[in-house]
Amino acid sequence: MKENTVIVSVSPHIRSEETVSHIMWTVSLSLLPAFVMAIYFFGPRALFVTALCIISSILSEYFVQKAMKKKITISDGSAFLTGLLLGLNLPASLWSLNPFTLHVPIIGSFVAIVITKQLFGGLGYNIFNPALIGRVFLMASWPRAMTIWNEPTAAFLAFDAKTTATPLGILKEEGTGRLIEVFGDRVNLYTQLLIGHRSGSIGETSIIALLIGASFLLYKRYITWHIPASFLGTVAVLAWIFGGKGTGLFTGDPLLHLLSGGLILGAFFMATDYVTCPSVKTGQILFGIGCGALTMLIRLKGGYPEGVMFAILLMNCFTPLIDRSMRSKVFGAVKVKTK
Amino acid sequence: MSFIKGNFLGLLTFKGGIHPPDRKELTKDKPIGEARPPRTVAIPLSQHIGAPCKPVVTIGQEIKKGEMIGEPGGFVSAAVHSSVSGKVIAMGEFPNVMGRMVPSIVIENDGKEEWAILKDNPDYANLSSDELKEKIKAAGIVGLGGAAFPTIVKLSPPKEKPIDTVIINGAECEPYLTVDYRLMLEKPHEIIEGLKVLMKVFGINKGFVGIENNKPEALRAMGKAASETQDVEIVVHALEVKYPQGAEKMLIKAITGREVPARGLPMDVGVVVQNVSTTFAIYEAVRYGKPLIERVVTVTGEGVRESKNLLVKIGTPISQLIEECGGLKDSTGKIIAGGPMMGFALSSLDMPVTKGTSGILVLPEDKVVHTEEFGPCIRCGRCIDVCPMGLMPSMLSIYSEKGFYEGSKEYNLWDCFECGSCAYVCPSKRPIVQFIRLAKSLTKP
Repeated sequence: MKENTVIVSVSPHIRSEETVSHIMWTVSLSLLPAFVMAIYFFGPRALFVTALCIISSILSEYFVQKAMKKKITISDGSAFLTGLLLGLNLPASLWSLNPFTLHVPIIGSFVAIVITKQLFGGLGYNIFNPALIGRVFLMASWPRAMTIWNEPTAAFLAFDAKTTATPLGILKEEGTGRLIEVFGDRVNLYTQLLIGHRSGSIGETSIIALLIGASFLLYKRYITWHIPASFLGTVAVLAWIFGGKGTGLFTGDPLLHLLSGGLILGAFFMATDYVTCPSVKTGQILFGIGCGALTMLIRLKGGYPEGVMFAILLMNCFTPLIDRSMRSKVFGAVKVKTK
Repeated sequence: MSFIKGNFLGLLTFKGGIHPPDRKELTKDKPIGEARPPRTVAIPLSQHIGAPCKPVVTIGQEIKKGEMIGEPGGFVSAAVHSSVSGKVIAMGEFPNVMGRMVPSIVIENDGKEEWAILKDNPDYANLSSDELKEKIKAAGIVGLGGAAFPTIVKLSPPKEKPIDTVIINGAECEPYLTVDYRLMLEKPHEIIEGLKVLMKVFGINKGFVGIENNKPEALRAMGKAASETQDVEIVVHALEVKYPQGAEKMLIKAITGREVPARGLPMDVGVVVQNVSTTFAIYEAVRYGKPLIERVVTVTGEGVRESKNLLVKIGTPISQLIEECGGLKDSTGKIIAGGPMMGFALSSLDMPVTKGTSGILVLPEDKVVHTEEFGPCIRCGRCIDVCPMGLMPSMLSIYSEKGFYEGSKEYNLWDCFECGSCAYVCPSKRPIVQFIRLAKSLTKP
């Protein structure tokens, strides 16, 4: 009798096809163009460092869930994505035996997955972006290894690479003039930054590749414009107002600030992390503005040349507060007092 | 043109909502057919929101079709009538589609279809507002969209809340269901007449019909019938295809731009909404004195052999309707009374069709979503974007999951009308509506 085997559950009885793992794998896929460009510019090191992060992230998740007697969820793609993002935020120079730095990506992955994510309750409960905490931990622990930047070679199998400062590093230490000198002229500077032919973290350099991935996510509505636009807009405005070195207000170069550092990677792929950003749109705009303001504060006044990572993490702290104070507008709420 | 009069700025709608596949093609071209007369009917005395009816018959009594068997148990209540002629053979508690035991009256059909004497009113147009309301009340009419709220209550607002707008709800935004759609194609004039009766009740001369834009034939039929009316103005609006477009508050917002206050009623903004089936029943009650003893039910879904739109006598066992549609396919997974978004999953087919049963939907096993295993909330905010009430279902579900039922009231728990849009889009497949109902059942508004 079929009647004995029907399923009884609460409505709705139909669901959309969307799943968490589909989202995670799609976001990972959207980072593929940037990853390919990174391998092109930084050679197999980029591939190896990122792969090492991904593998250690997945293994960390597996073992910590096993140890905590939780359901193993490595197939949902979230550990993969965390590993991928961490890898893309590290310098390719970490793939090195002398000095030996292979433990650095592994420890970073462990910190990201175990400490930042699982110890806070697992997927959905972490306060901070796991990949970024992993990176901050490494920056504090191995500051030297974390700031050796390979020069992009565009030679696929090159293992030996000269090291150089990042554009933001040059900008901080020596100013815009020197940076233009290094790249020849201003147009060439912008072009190279756009393509990604510059030193920096593995996945942050190719702006054009990142924007292709970001447009895909925007088109699929996996992310919305609110955080990236407010983040980038704030950076641009503040760079224009305060970015000029010794030339007064309103003389800065917003484009240079937008195209360099980890800004595009951070604004589209890290600040938009569902778990650690506000879920109401108005809150997201405030979050983005905060990220932009902190980024420029660090870039212009701080000790580090780049501030995207710290800016996002600091704003992550405010996410619960923003979510609590900036709620969605309830239908019919305006007139509720007349009742 | 998809609309007849009115807004040229495009389709009207509200903020939020979802686009589930509508699956109406299964039954949209099938004319309403009369279901076979049942051998026995079990008619619950509580088919509506409000006080249950008091039985006015006894076991063994012979009754006629259309005779009242239960009188209203209060102001918010609706009379119940026999849908067959025959003999009362049992009275007692029987399960309804929501799984509750309700007092019911079981009548054996003698097959004679003998009507009680009905009062015909060819010149109903000249009746006064109070006379019209009396007839609607006597017919035991309730909202046939699913909530089954007694219509007479909606038509009797307190004096300080004057009604200036009547809207006929032809959105039928629940997937699969084609009850109102078929009625609009087959009985457009009767529905427009029903709307005119409602306008007469409130003494107003402008009425609206709202129909989703995926029903062009219905828009055309209703538009044509509306354009033939004299002396009053009836505007047929094409609405954006979006669930829950047919929710009262969303429909009012779309058509009039007015926002019903939170926890308020449509009458707070001077509007009364009636759905198409209800309006048709109102017409029949006023014109022919016919009580509400049958309704159109869409029997559909990929799990039933032949989908149909049937005119069904209240109290007919659901098992009989399934049989009439060729029976269940072998892979039956879920049987639902109502639509897939807000309907009730049945544990048995031995339950009667009531006034609120708009459809019987059979989903095969492979279409059933298993939510026994759901993931944590990843705060993606999709539910917040689609919530037509502007709530934060993510927070409601998290609070309820952790047992903070009182806390969930901070997030406007009681403004939720359980449309299910949040659970539909949730990528973690969280049973958000279930969490919300749990919190509601353990708190007070």
